[in-house]
Amino acid sequence: MTETARSPSLSAPSGLAEWLAGVRRSAEYVVIPLFALVVSAVLFSLFLLALGKSPQTFFELLWRGGFGTEFSWQNTLVRTAPLILTALCVAIPARLGLVVIGGEGALVLSGFMAAVVALPLLSWAPAFVVMPVMFLTAAVTGALWIGAVGALRHYRGINETIASLLMFYIAVSILNFFVEGALRDPSDPNKPSTAPIGADNMVGQIPGLGVHWGLVFGVAIAIGLHVLMTRTTFGFAARVTGGNVRAARAQGLPVGRLMVVSAMIAGACAGVAGYFEVAAILGKANGSLIAGYGFTGILVSFLARHNPLAIPPVAVLFGGLAAAGGLIQRRMGLPDATVLVLQGLIFVVLLVSETLYGRFRIFDPEARG
Amino acid sequence: MNDALFTVLLAIVAGAIRVSTPFLFVSLGECLTEKSGRINLGLEGTLVFGAMTAYAISYHSGSPWVGVLAAGVAGSLFGAFHGFVCKLPRVNDVAIGIAMMLFGTGLAFFFGKPYIQPTAPRLPSVDLGFWSDVPQVKVALQINPLFFVGLVIAILLWWAFRNTRWGLIVRMTGDSSATARAMGYSVDLVRFLATTAGGFLAGVGGAFLSLYYPGSWNEGLSSGQGLMAVALVIFARWNPLACFAAAVLFGGAGAIGPALQSVGISQGYHFFNAAPYILTLLIMIASISPKRSLRGAPGELSLMK
Repeated sequence: MTETARSPSLSAPSGLAEWLAGVRRSAEYVVIPLFALVVSAVLFSLFLLALGKSPQTFFELLWRGGFGTEFSWQNTLVRTAPLILTALCVAIPARLGLVVIGGEGALVLSGFMAAVVALPLLSWAPAFVVMPVMFLTAAVTGALWIGAVGALRHYRGINETIASLLMFYIAVSILNFFVEGALRDPSDPNKPSTAPIGADNMVGQIPGLGVHWGLVFGVAIAIGLHVLMTRTTFGFAARVTGGNVRAARAQGLPVGRLMVVSAMIAGACAGVAGYFEVAAILGKANGSLIAGYGFTGILVSFLARHNPLAIPPVAVLFGGLAAAGGLIQRRMGLPDATVLVLQGLIFVVLLVSETLYGRFRIFDPEARG
Repeated sequence: MNDALFTVLLAIVAGAIRVSTPFLFVSLGECLTEKSGRINLGLEGTLVFGAMTAYAISYHSGSPWVGVLAAGVAGSLFGAFHGFVCKLPRVNDVAIGIAMMLFGTGLAFFFGKPYIQPTAPRLPSVDLGFWSDVPQVKVALQINPLFFVGLVIAILLWWAFRNTRWGLIVRMTGDSSATARAMGYSVDLVRFLATTAGGFLAGVGGAFLSLYYPGSWNEGLSSGQGLMAVALVIFARWNPLACFAAAVLFGGAGAIGPALQSVGISQGYHFFNAAPYILTLLIMIASISPKRSLRGAPGELSLMK
């Protein structure tokens, strides 16, 4: 008995070999998503060729519009900020096995609430009061909105995917109801909007970068949540729950509370994204809040394999894609949905590529092969 | 005052019949797919793509019925792809559904751009109001033939699930893949076929949107009908006949806003727009319980676990 018990340690490779094996296994999680991206690019090129368009021009314009110049980098990074935050809104619940796809709704409603809470303050309160009040309102709104999804899932057994998407439509209706009705700014003839929050209360830009502070917040929150998920008891309990709910229950973990709290954290992230859209870009709440960041965020999170640290770089990639959309559309005479097609294609290929994990001996000698 | 009430109620009933058809088709498709033990959230994308295909084909061919058929074929291709992909190991059917929803919507918007302006021939309506002299009743009883087709399919499906060998195989596969395998049936094949047929029905539901009501192609055509159908199937307890009733109920909820607007009450229009979503959510809250599994629920449905 002692022999068998000790044999693993005897036959175990040295520390270095163990480390290399670990690197090999982790490489799988980088190589397969990259492979999926390449396959998507090839399939999309075939799609363009079938339409008589040049894939080369497409990818050149994509590069130029997203990353080619300082101006395009600014455009990209401005779009990166909300994508990081909405991707976190998917990633944190995903760690517990929840598929929450309604981050867009939390973003829209939180941005709206931030603009609303500012209204009575505008005439008298200084910016250092208005800004934190708006920020907190947005974060709390998002936390309650997605937290409700987590609560419905745990206490009523309602599928979080469907509930969160239904709540997106409800959030949009709430925005439209107020923006086109009681809270419409009569002095704005163009687009139904709330009254502007005023230049003083707007979030400024990071010096020398031409991008607002939301990017810094996004990256900082991503790092913070990585620490939370990997270095704390909460994160450990969350990952156990995600791995096996029954085991987590057997261990006496408060599964319900974990689900609700992580949904609230996720919602707060999307809420902060909504705050920055209103306070750094739009200056008021209107239909422009519904820009699809929440839906692209789902893709970002899946491509980053729900890893908070991998989310910012992936978000840059998709921010660039969004930034280049307009240029591609004008130069190649393609519809504006082109980027949507590419995103959808990447998403499908990426999920199909899940089937490749554990099949290659390069990554793990004990794989099924 | 009584007149206004009559107008509103009539408009809601008429609207329920009109608006319910896409709900009916998508939910019947989803019901069939879910009975086989798989879920397809991508039917929302299938619905939108079906709407675009139907409009484009109807425009080019001059026949709306060819458009309907094309939408069904396009839908079954989406369904077949979903069915094929889901049988691969480690592929999550809920996640693939979301991806297919985005992909289908993207493709529909991409190819649909040139069809936003032109006018395609629309589906004719069956006039059941010939006996009445009241113009509103006449209008209300102009009913789309697809509504009846949907009703017939609902009854057929309900009957087939109970009384045919095929229905039994589908139900058995959905309840226990081990049993189906033991009986010598291919679980993957049954689910593949059920998903493909479900996609066909969702595509036809989309054709209704662009060829009958609202009757034109634009990008805001479907606002989650495909997704609400998933909740509707749960509410209907996987029973095709109950799907029909639930679809009419949802249609009625969606018709409240426009009905009130027709008598000049536009206050709260956006609130009533949200009514179907709120209703869906409330229905789910009321009909699902974490304590017990639902009567009629296929045992292998990942959605209910």
